[in-house]
Amino acid sequence: MPEKTYREALREAMSEEMERDDSVVLMGEDIGVYGGTQLVTDGLLDRFGPNRVIDTPISEDGFTGTAVGMAMMGMRPIVEMMTMNFSFLAVDQIVNHAPKVRYFSGGQVEVPLVIRGPNGGGVQLSAQHTHSLESFYGQFPGLKVVAPVTPHDVKGMMLTAIRDPNPVVFLEAGALYGTKGEVPEGDYTVLFGKARIAREGDDVTLISYGRQVNLCLQVADKLNDEDDIKAEVIDLRSLRPFDEETIIESVKKTHRAVAVQEQWRYFGVASEVTAIIQDKAFDYLDAPVKRVSGAEVPGPYARNLELAAFPSEEQVAEAARQVLYLEVV
Amino acid sequence: MPAENDRMGNGSVETHEESQEEASVATSDDHLADLYKKMALIRTFEEATQRGFRQGKIGGYLHVYIGQEAVATGFIDAYKEGDKVITAYRDHAFPLLLGSDPKETMAELYGKRTGLAKGKGGSMHLFDIERGFYGGWGIVGGHVPIGVGMGYALRYNETDQICQLYLGDGAVNIGPFHEAANLAGLWGRDGMNATLFIVENNQYGMGTSVARSTAMTDLSAKFNAYGIENEKVDGMDLEAVLECAHRVTEQVRETGKPYAVEAITYRTAPHGAADFFEKYRTKDEVKKWRERDPIGLLEHKLLERGTLDEDRIEEIKDEMKETIDEVTTFAEESEEPPIEELYTDVYAGEDEYMGEEE
Repeated sequence: MPEKTYREALREAMSEEMERDDSVVLMGEDIGVYGGTQLVTDGLLDRFGPNRVIDTPISEDGFTGTAVGMAMMGMRPIVEMMTMNFSFLAVDQIVNHAPKVRYFSGGQVEVPLVIRGPNGGGVQLSAQHTHSLESFYGQFPGLKVVAPVTPHDVKGMMLTAIRDPNPVVFLEAGALYGTKGEVPEGDYTVLFGKARIAREGDDVTLISYGRQVNLCLQVADKLNDEDDIKAEVIDLRSLRPFDEETIIESVKKTHRAVAVQEQWRYFGVASEVTAIIQDKAFDYLDAPVKRVSGAEVPGPYARNLELAAFPSEEQVAEAARQVLYLEVV
Repeated sequence: MPAENDRMGNGSVETHEESQEEASVATSDDHLADLYKKMALIRTFEEATQRGFRQGKIGGYLHVYIGQEAVATGFIDAYKEGDKVITAYRDHAFPLLLGSDPKETMAELYGKRTGLAKGKGGSMHLFDIERGFYGGWGIVGGHVPIGVGMGYALRYNETDQICQLYLGDGAVNIGPFHEAANLAGLWGRDGMNATLFIVENNQYGMGTSVARSTAMTDLSAKFNAYGIENEKVDGMDLEAVLECAHRVTEQVRETGKPYAVEAITYRTAPHGAADFFEKYRTKDEVKKWRERDPIGLLEHKLLERGTLDEDRIEEIKDEMKETIDEVTTFAEESEEPPIEELYTDVYAGEDEYMGEEE
């Protein structure tokens, strides 16, 4: 299977679907002539022309709203947020228009819309450009929210997102556009609502999504090497819909769990994971579920501070050892 | 053609022959009498909603169209099959004009299963997409980019249909209006935006007058900033609206370029049903505008021309009252939505609902 970067896999999904389906268009700031600030859409203007690869002025609320209107007319717009941080400017459209209109119209319209862009921190962009928005968008019924981390999943989930008749917030691992992985040629989909077991193990379950999955895989190696602990790593991939079953099944096997997220602790995805485990696997637990989250601070600039603001290998390993009672709290 | 439009307008569009013909057909006296009936229907409907609200049978917010009837009646007269219409929450008149069943429209306000949106939207969210009506939106300015996107899609799909995008004077100071108008102008350069902006300037955004909202009170001129041609029309005079509506809808249809009309009008009723005291305007002001009530003005003209006489006008009013009594009875007697409806229409596709039913 050919190796491709996360960026190439994403571009391939969109361009292949644009070949197949004329209703798919791309919109966003500097996605055409400039090729996209992350070069995700590079070359697509030449292939598909300006009516399908629409360079917009800097006006997120406005162009996202127009995409909602296009989607209601049967088009399938994919809106690029240069970074997901800028989606705050379009929140009224993303949370208060796109996902509600089907309901308040009594099911008369569909909004097949994708809002995509880099999410999360890790590249020293400091406070206003560092957010992980999974739990924020995950809150709203009517939206779907996904966060693929591998090149394989980013292509398969983008194809699912484009074909979904609902608005999808597609959170890309902003720091990982250049990472490589195996990506099948042609058309395949990764369905929403199904987590991926990124590594199997029997002793403890590490539950994460986005680039923190890679951190959990490193920790799993470390735990294996240092303590002969076999950690299972779950990549949630999709936050809404949410795959409870895979988590529950894993915890029934390992009896111990750590939820890891880059975002802030309170009201986050990890809180949801722990709530679900206590609700549905309480009797299988041998220890309280631990959460490892980002520091409760705005994203800092200095590299050392930034590293300290996100979950580290040491923190995750320590949490895993705590739920295994290998370290005193 | 009445000359009011020219007096008020600052647009520079020539009326071309073909649309002039259509406009004269549109304003034949028989047709005006039909439109008079439509306006009377809207008025009677709205008065019934006010009663329903006071009786506690209509919940939430209620925003009536009383005083503004000539605007939508005139522009929807220029509606052609396949066109789209979108507006904010003062939306009751639109489905009535587009041919939706007034019973289903009222039933939506009453929160009944027989409503246009199955009772899930209410007064602010009327929808009837089979008849081209795309809502019914509750956030001031929020639907403006949506309408512009619809105007793009209509050209992208190579149709000659247009999107009539209604907004109030209160919407022209909010960000999405400016962002969307900018996009419409930009896309319109390549004939990719068949959006007709209709600014219903009823003088107040809730209780704040236009003069207290912006230092530049010429609302149609705001579109100059975005390269969108524009004009004003006397929104109380149905004939003036009709002339403008037929001419400019044809222009947008042919060019794929957006156009904007500021209809000068007045909400002679309070903003919402909870707006009892109207601290923001004087009785004299309301009285002055009521003298130019769009239904009264048209009635006067039709009487003067002998198109209708007093008896016929009384008959029409009785007919409307009878119709709306039936409409209200239907809404009152309809059943509430079944409780299962709580969980439907959240998502399109296989799983309409993702949560656990508790």
